[in-house]
Amino acid sequence: MNSLLNADRPPVFCPGCTHERITHTLDQAFQKMGLAGHQIVIVSDIGCSGLFDIFFHTHAMHGLHGRALTYAAGLKMARPELNVAVTMGDGGQGIGGTHLLAACRRNIDLTLLILNNFNFGMTGGQFSATTPPEAQLGSGFLTALERPLDICEVARSAGAPYVRRCSGFDKNLAREIQSAIEYEGFSVMDIWGICPGRYTKKNRLSPKMIDDALAKLPPLEGIIPENVRPEYGQHYRQMAADQNKVPEPAVISNQYKAPQTGRQEVILLGSAGQRIITAGELLCIAGLTAGLKTTQKNEYNITVLRGPSISELILSPEEIDFSGIDNPTVVVALDQEGVDRRRDLFEHLAINALIIQISGVSLPASKARIHQVDLKNQGIKRTDWALASLAVLAKLKKVIQPQMLEAALKIRFKGNALDSSLKLVKQVKTGKEA
Amino acid sequence: MAYSLLEGNEAIARGAVAAGCRFFAGYPITPATTIYQSMLNLLPPLGGICLQGEDEIASIGFCLGASMAGLKVMTATSGPGISLYSENISFAIGSEIPIVIIDVQRLGPSTGSATRGADGDINFLRWGSSGGLPVIVLAPVDVKDCFILTMHAFNLAEEFRCPVFVASNKEIGMTRESIDLQGLDTPDIVERSAAPSDQPLVPFHVDRGQAVPNFLPIGDNVLVRQTSSTHGADGYITTDSAAIARNQERLKKKLLSAIDRFSFHEVYSTKNADTLLIAFGVSARAAKAVFKEQERQGKPISLLVLKTLWPVPENVIRHAARNARRIVVVEMNLGQYVREIKRILPQNPVVFCGQMDGRLITPARITETIDNE
Repeated sequence: MNSLLNADRPPVFCPGCTHERITHTLDQAFQKMGLAGHQIVIVSDIGCSGLFDIFFHTHAMHGLHGRALTYAAGLKMARPELNVAVTMGDGGQGIGGTHLLAACRRNIDLTLLILNNFNFGMTGGQFSATTPPEAQLGSGFLTALERPLDICEVARSAGAPYVRRCSGFDKNLAREIQSAIEYEGFSVMDIWGICPGRYTKKNRLSPKMIDDALAKLPPLEGIIPENVRPEYGQHYRQMAADQNKVPEPAVISNQYKAPQTGRQEVILLGSAGQRIITAGELLCIAGLTAGLKTTQKNEYNITVLRGPSISELILSPEEIDFSGIDNPTVVVALDQEGVDRRRDLFEHLAINALIIQISGVSLPASKARIHQVDLKNQGIKRTDWALASLAVLAKLKKVIQPQMLEAALKIRFKGNALDSSLKLVKQVKTGKEA
Repeated sequence: MAYSLLEGNEAIARGAVAAGCRFFAGYPITPATTIYQSMLNLLPPLGGICLQGEDEIASIGFCLGASMAGLKVMTATSGPGISLYSENISFAIGSEIPIVIIDVQRLGPSTGSATRGADGDINFLRWGSSGGLPVIVLAPVDVKDCFILTMHAFNLAEEFRCPVFVASNKEIGMTRESIDLQGLDTPDIVERSAAPSDQPLVPFHVDRGQAVPNFLPIGDNVLVRQTSSTHGADGYITTDSAAIARNQERLKKKLLSAIDRFSFHEVYSTKNADTLLIAFGVSARAAKAVFKEQERQGKPISLLVLKTLWPVPENVIRHAARNARRIVVVEMNLGQYVREIKRILPQNPVVFCGQMDGRLITPARITETIDNE
């Protein structure tokens, strides 16, 4: 095969830089694999490793510092047939550390070539995530304060199924790069090299010293047996194929008549865990069965099963503009937390407004009519109170009527949930006017 | 007419799919998470891809890679996530990568209030990227807009090869509403214009009469170069200041010169009305209620609802204001877009009606401003 190097744009690395050697080695690996340029994308990072894509006749994507693995993941998921080679420096491992960890855990078939030369070369030789603390660099005494990262051990413990640590001067490097690219999964090659422009100005480092240092570390020569597992993209496509198509949203036909003609505003004041939001949705669906327009605006805290939960519902034959509630027709007081959150509302309630007061909830003073219901005595669980309160409204023919609610339940629920909710709304007793 | 009940976030997801979106990546964040959940339900059965990134930076990074591979892509977040998107937004602007970005705004600053609404990111979306080049920001008012404007967002991203934001709000995204899905007036689908696939690609070359380079995906037979560096037409780094200036000017003009074609808005004008109310987003709903009430009371006003916020639809604003004496601008923040209105209408008194406390601006609050200021 022909070289994929770009004859018009020869490498521009400093004389003696290992990056230049690796550029040629990578080209040899591509040639050994018999790849054409369009079968490869080189995704390059920032710094001197970010120049790699320029020197090749392949597809290329060069972006922000530390993010190369993220672009590569998007490319590979969209184009599984592409060979995706990512070139990053040791700097990119620091700033993009979370992406390295996630790439190891995810196992998309990308090949990460780390051009590890132990410092930020382009910006003047500052310490990186792999700099030995004794190095003399532009970052002065700060260099001594941080401990270098063993990228390969990190990659292995994060789940990378293929990790190799090697020297940029390794005479078998082309073959090693080839086997990393050919591996179907996330492969990491930590390739140690020399930065003559910065690092070796004040620090001694030779190919021999690199070999000696590597020899002292536990060898990592490719496949990590305990991390071998299905490649993410293949696994994704396999599982995605089993996902059922989601139905279109239910189209709800206008089949009933609402008990009142004008705009109705209902506010459910409860607490988390009372299925307030679901009850609000049911009330809206019930409204749709009478051809009304509806909105449901919810309010709750960031906590999940704690705190107030409030749903503001508007059912109206007219277009609904403002979706907040100024003047509710009905207030359903389901829990003290909800009532307390909206205490201000009560003093403005109109004389013809209706409050459904569930026993145990105390109300601030208001001019509204109060209808009391004891749901606890009826043996209804607290989680069903919001639904039960809709049954009370339906039976009182306020805002909705029983057929509307029953139709809403049939649209919203299936199976056991439908049966039990239908049973519940039938059994609820409506309570009495206070 | 028969309605469905849909929340704004699900409408955005369904609009995206209808526009041809086949790649979504996001990171969970209230109040945008249900967009991710909806895309996870919708895309895989269609052969599409939905991913959860390790953070927002990864999520938008996945999208940019997939967009360069030729897919229509979307991500969704809220203010804190937009902050993390920033470097990649600049990449998408400068390197002309189509992407739709949904910002379901929540009350800031910072992590602020996850479950309270606001329109506090309006200027951040415009100016929160390095380089300061224009972006497109659309602002839905209701669930229907969430669906339709998302489709437009994809069309604009494809046509202009740029990021397009949909500036939603917790009070739209997580509000359910009746919607007539059959009756939606959906736009035709636009695809990015393809370069010839039988000759080498000059990735940022722009033909005479075009404002945007033709596209080929990374992965096809013709080699494609993409770079975040300052580049010439060939996609290689350039230091040619004339070429750089020409390209920056083109990136600016491709949007500014076309704004009249995508100035989405609604105008309710009343002859001889003294006041023009200008609103956008969820606050436009309160403004509409005020418009109707003022009419009923025999004190009519005019109303302009802007659905394209950036680039500023200056002609639409000037035209709507041509007979008005006074302008009232309503925003769920402490005064952002009002600066643009003051800039465009220096001859008119401009009154600001804003609020930033997690609650909706009420019709009463707007009426008070109209009556008393």
